Order: sequence, then C-alpha cells, then structure tokens
Amino acid sequence: MAEDPTPTREELSRVEYAPPAKTWMDTGVDIPNRRGNWCYASDAKHPEYLGQPNAHDWAPQNEDWNLPENWQRIILDGMKERLEKYRSFRLFMDICVRCGACADKCHFYLGTGDPKNMPVLRAELLRSVYKRYFTKAGRMFGKLAGARDLTIDVLKEWYYYFYQCTECRRCSVFCPYGIDTADVTMIGRELLNLVGINIGWIMEPAANCYRTGNHLGVRPNTFKDNLDFAAEDLEDITGVHVDVPIDRKGAEVLVVVPSADYFANPHYFTFLGYLALFHEIGLDYTFSPFATEGGNFGLFLSHDMMKRLNAKIYFEARRLGVKWILGAECGHMWRVLHQYMDTMNGPADFLETPKSPVTGTVFTNAKATSTVHITEFTADLIRHDKLDLDKSRNDHLKVTFHDSCNPARAVGLLDEPRYIMKKVLNNFIEMPENTIREQTFCCGGGSGLGSDENMEARMRGGLPRANAVKYVKDEYGVNTLACICAIDKAVLPPLIDYWVGGVEVAGIHEFVGNALMMKGQNERLTDLRNEPIPHLQKREAEEEVKSDA
Amino acid sequence: MNALVSLLAVLSIVVIAFLGAGAGLEVLFGVVLPYAAILTFLVGFVLRIVKWAKSPVPFRIPTVAGQAKSLEWIKHQPLESPYTRRQVVLRMALEVLFFRSLFRNTKAELKGGPRLVYGADKALWLFGMIFHWSFLIIFIRHLRFFTEPVPALVTGVEWVDSFFDVGLPALFATSVLLLVSLSWLIGRRFLDPQVRYISQAADYFPLFLIFGIASTGVLLRHFAKTDVAGVKELGMGLLGFSPPNLGELGLSGLFYAHLLLVTALIAYFPLSKLMHLGGVFMSPTRNLANNNRAVRHVNPNPQPVQVHEFEHWKEEFKEEIAEAGYKLERD
Repeated sequence: MAEDPTPTREELSRVEYAPPAKTWMDTGVDIPNRRGNWCYASDAKHPEYLGQPNAHDWAPQNEDWNLPENWQRIILDGMKERLEKYRSFRLFMDICVRCGACADKCHFYLGTGDPKNMPVLRAELLRSVYKRYFTKAGRMFGKLAGARDLTIDVLKEWYYYFYQCTECRRCSVFCPYGIDTADVTMIGRELLNLVGINIGWIMEPAANCYRTGNHLGVRPNTFKDNLDFAAEDLEDITGVHVDVPIDRKGAEVLVVVPSADYFANPHYFTFLGYLALFHEIGLDYTFSPFATEGGNFGLFLSHDMMKRLNAKIYFEARRLGVKWILGAECGHMWRVLHQYMDTMNGPADFLETPKSPVTGTVFTNAKATSTVHITEFTADLIRHDKLDLDKSRNDHLKVTFHDSCNPARAVGLLDEPRYIMKKVLNNFIEMPENTIREQTFCCGGGSGLGSDENMEARMRGGLPRANAVKYVKDEYGVNTLACICAIDKAVLPPLIDYWVGGVEVAGIHEFVGNALMMKGQNERLTDLRNEPIPHLQKREAEEEVKSDA
Repeated sequence: MNALVSLLAVLSIVVIAFLGAGAGLEVLFGVVLPYAAILTFLVGFVLRIVKWAKSPVPFRIPTVAGQAKSLEWIKHQPLESPYTRRQVVLRMALEVLFFRSLFRNTKAELKGGPRLVYGADKALWLFGMIFHWSFLIIFIRHLRFFTEPVPALVTGVEWVDSFFDVGLPALFATSVLLLVSLSWLIGRRFLDPQVRYISQAADYFPLFLIFGIASTGVLLRHFAKTDVAGVKELGMGLLGFSPPNLGELGLSGLFYAHLLLVTALIAYFPLSKLMHLGGVFMSPTRNLANNNRAVRHVNPNPQPVQVHEFEHWKEEFKEEIAEAGYKLERD
C-alpha cells in the first residue's frame, strides 16, 4: 500500500474552521481520501489471540468492512450493557447542553478544523445513536431530536473520529459538567471492538503485552540482555559499575517501567538515569521478568483488556514479596496505576504504605495502592538533600516541560517534576500558561495513535503543543523538551522536527542522571547520551593547557 | 431548520393558549395541564435521577485540574484536585453556583505563521451566570402567588430586584437581565458558526420557550397589566387542590399564554437536556475526590477477566528463562 506523503508545513498551517454547509448528520467521512489521518486495521491474528469478539480481516479504505451480519444488534446490545454499567456514559449521553465551550479546546479540532473533532460533536456521534434507540424523543422525532439510525456510515465515522481522539481529557477541564470525551471515546472503541473493528497499532502491542509481558514483545532473556547492556553503557559513561537486579525476591521495592525505557531512544537515557539514581542511593529494589511493562495499551481498547494487562503488576509484587511499587516515567501507565489498578486488581493489602528508605518520608497519598511515582520519590530525595547534584552539568540544556496529559489531568502531578528540574538544571523555561499544567496539549499521538500511517493527523493534532514549543525556542532559545511519558518521548521528536526543529526530547531522570555525582565516578565529560558537555570539555582543555605550561 | 421548528413550536403554544382561553377552555389550561405538567416534572425528574443512579460508578475518574495532594511541602490545590469529601463539596458548590469550569473558558485563534494564541473568553460564563441567577430570582419572586403571608425571602428579593425603582410597578432588574442574557444566548447560536453547526432543536426550543415566558411576563406586569389578585387566587387554589372558578376570575388570553409556556417548560424539563440541573451533581469526573491511591475505590460489579497465568508464561518461555537464569520462585 503506497503511503501518501505528509503534507507540507505550509499546507497544514492553513486550517479552515468554517463548518460545511451540510449538517453534520448528513456528512459521512470519506475514508479513502483521508489517508494520513487514520490507522490501519489490525491483522486478525492479534484480536484472535486475545480472544476478542468477531476478529476478522478488514481495511478502513474498503467499502465493505466484512462486519458480522448482525453487527447493529451487537453494537446496540453493547451500548445497552455499557449504559447500565457506567454512570459516566449514561450521564454524558444525557446532559450535554451543546454550549460549545469544549470546541476549541481539542488539539485535533485546532489542527484540522474538522467540526467533528469538536468534543461536543465527537460525543454526538454516539449520542445520536443513543437517542435513536434509547430515548423516546429520539424514537419519535428522529433527526429533529438529534437522533440517527446506526448505519455503516455512522460506524465509519465512529472509527475515524474515535481513533482521532487521544483521550487527553483537556475538554473535560473546561466542560461545565465535566463531560469527559476520553470516557466517551473509550466506550466508542469498545463498541467498535465488539464487531471486530480495531487498529493494529493498539492490538499488536496489547497482544504482545499479554503474551510476553510487554508491548514490544521483548522476551525474558532479551529483557535481561537489555538491562545488562544498559548497566554497561552507564559504566562506560560514568565509570561506575551498577547492578541491575531482576527477579530478586525479598527486595523492598518493585520498579515498573514502560518497555520503551529499555528499548528505544530517547527513553533509554532516562532509564540510565534511574539506574544511576537507584545505585547511588543504594535502593533495595528489583525489576520483574514478567511485569516488564507498566504501560497498558488495554486502556486504549477496553476496560477489560486494561484489567487483563495490568494484573501482572500486583501479581509480581506479591510473588517477589516487595513492600511497595515504584512507577517510572510514563503517561497512560499512570492513568492506569492511579485511577484503575487498585479497583481492578487490588486490594493491595499485601503491600505496605510506601516509605522512602533514604529519607523516611511516608507516602500517605499512596497508602492504598502502595505505588509511588518516581518524580514524587526523587523530589523527596532532593528536598532532603540526599543527592549530590551538580546542576552545571546540564548547563548546555535550555529546558521546557511538556505536562503529559495523564500525569496532569488524571493524577495531578504537576509540581514534582518542576521541582526536580529546578534542582538539577539551571535553565528552565515554562511554555505559555494556556498550554501547560491542567491545560496542557497532547503530543498528538497518545492513546495508541502513535503510528506512522496517520502522520498527517499526528502533525495536525500536535500543532498546539509544537506551537508552544516553538514560542519558547524562538523567545528563549530552548533546546530541550522534557516530559514524563514514554509515548511523548516516541512521538514528540518527529512532531518537533516537523513544526519546530532543533529541540531534543528528554525525560526528567535523564537530567537527574546527568547532574548526579556518583561515588567512584570518572571525570564525566559527557552526559548520559555520551555527548560532550561543552563547558566541561572546555574547562578540561584549559586545565590541560595550564598544566602543560 | 432546527431553529425554525423550535420557534414555530413556541409560537403555536402561544396561539393555542389564546384560542383556548377564548373558547372557554380555561380549566384545561389553568388547572388540568398545570397539574399534569407538575406531575410529569416530579415523576420524570425522579425517574431520570433513579436511572442515572442505577448505573454504578465502577471507577473513580475525576478530571484533575491542578496540583494533587502529594508531598507535604508541595502546595496542594484542593479545589482543583480535591482530596477529602469537604474539598469535593467545595469544588461542586463553586461549580454549581458559579460555573467555575466555564469561567476558565478561553478562545483559541490561529494566526499566520502558524501561531496559536489563546485569550480569556468570559462572555459565555457571564451571560450564563446572568441567565441562571435571574431565572432563579424570578422563580423566587413568583412564590408570592403561592404563599400567604408572603415570606420575607420573597419580599426581600423583590426589594433588591426593584432597587433602581424605575416605572410603576417598579421594573425588576432581573426581567431585563433575563431577556438580555437570553438574547445573547440565542444570538450566539445563530451568529457563531461553530455553535450554529452543533445546535439542535433541543437547544433552540428551551431558549425560545423561556424567552416567550419572560416576554409575556414583562407584558403582563408592565403593559397589558393583569389582575394580580386573580392570579394569586389561582396560584393558592392550585396549591391547595381547590382551584377557583376560572370563568369568574377573567384572566386574560396573554396570561394563559404565559401560563401555558410555563406549563410546557415544566413538562419538557425532565425529558430534555435541562436535566443538567440534576446531572451536574452526579458527574463522576467532578464529584469524586482525587485520592485514588490513598483510598481504594470498589467496583460494585467487578468483571472477572482472563489473564496470562504466570505458570503458563513460564512454560511458554522456559528456554529464554533458563538462558536468563531466572529462578522465578513462588511461595
């Protein structure tokens, strides 16, 4: 299949916001002509492996989606079940007043101008069917009451627009009733999945994760190799040998990371930062060879799949006999750990209230789940002056911080990473206030949309984020975009290259590792990327000249 | 189309009332329909709330809009990320009484470059507040027709509302404010292309209906002055389940139009988006504390799911596990 090249920056800079003349009810979506804006279907073998209903081969651009014969019945039954199961869903179907406050809060709307990317209309795609089949007004007045028959065109719209929502929840902050489009999209995707409509970029990682323990399908031996390799790299860079414990029963802490941390760049440098930190404070910890993934693409598919993929974390915490869990830098993983894990797979009564072995701080905010975010843990270490830090080792970086959607709007983790950055580096600059903290803009590739075939949609959806980065780059010379999310670290680099250029993406613990003074270290003239730190190299050269003289 | 149908629906209510009142159907419009509407409202409202309440809240999913409670020295924003029930109540109170989320509203604009700029946009919040509060005050004022003696709350509200003391009888500020805010809310549905695109009949109809109620109300008070004593006799009679002889009261066609519009609003309420009045209290993204990691949330109907069993995983990757040298002990 030939891939359409992503349009130029100039083309994507012109966004037409004027809605079409025809009403939204009468305009379907021309999928074949929107290449670059949707994701490929999953190979049937992945949903089959996961036991998903009506798994079949299909392609979005085809007229016929090979749906099961009674697909409407399946969807409507599924809708009924979910209306009875989730108050959020039923309520959000009933109470929207279409005030429109959400419209220009969505990054996909801002980047595409497509009115169905206004959160209100995205929800209306489901709501129109809800009204038609589940309300009297809809049954009686049809279109006049905003009700529509569930046709194949409506289903195609669901596929297109529920996979053009990254479940970032920004609209929900502004909604007077807190209507959460992420919740609506989650239900929309569950319904699509009931008739075998799902995307490869989510299904394959989910199947990998179920089978091997992680999205990338890294097997137990390769997991160990990768971690050992990281330890060697760290030793090359710092001169310090660190142990990387895996499957160590009786350790105090289980560390859970997103698999990209030990597999992909620039995540890997953050991973080196964790290893350096844990070694330096002498943390009694272990990785699990089974729970090799904190991330959870199940969240992007269905509540049940999320629960299935998450179960291994508490299982391993129990098997390994740890006291508490330390969760690394990952966005949606933290939505799951914070809002779902304990309810789904708890109670975690076999764990203890987390207590920092270094500072003695008790993390009472995590007393039920016994799961601490690594930036909470590190911020506490720094606050108690337990780390020997040389901020100047990050002086070559001018850093701004992208609040990842889930840590911001699901957890409320805003000041911990900022505190750390202010203590480990000298040049920190905030982006404009409407683009950070609870108002942060998505990277454009969250919720399983970080694939390549939908690059145009990613570039469009990422425009608001990239635009804010461009602003601080142009005004203040920012050259590094920090974040605490594995998906961010994967999808922000191409986004920034496209819209901005000249800004690297990094995790918080990469900076921590850069600044951390380790016992027995070498002269450390490079950072964790093994790139020379300019002013240190220069000083070294000057000293050499002096000693020669 | 949606707007036109809604407008016609409201106009036909007015016409029907005039015709009916002239044709001797006062009892239908003055007694039967109001009772039926109130019954519909009460039953419908309760049923809707019960329906919502019957669907459980399986997960605690607050939308967090600020710093969570974390380490002691990190400043917690209790209204944005409530941690206790008290903080949730405060967050909800500000939401319900002052539309706090709407107050955040911004307007994004794409300029050349491209450059996205965001500005504060408080108009929707301001007119929304004016509309809702005026409506509430007018509702309270109308209790005068259903109470004897009139409670101090009602006379107090009237006194404040007529503070400017213009005209005779004094013009109430809220009468003007309600009409102005309604005009703005209707106007934006026509003039803002995005809002026009999303608007349905269900959005225009209540606006036109309330506009009809407000304008007939102003007419009754200031222009085609109605017999207030007669209205009160009807109000007290309805409340006491002993309606007066409407033929003797001689209330005007305009009054019946006002009453039928109100009747329509009351009956329509529980079937419509106006139920946001009840729903706003039940939204799980707003009425739950963000204390997920401290207090376990229990799903009343947990679904059993199939997981990849550890033993099965061990068997499937036994070669790789042997190569890595894991012991994988269990107790």
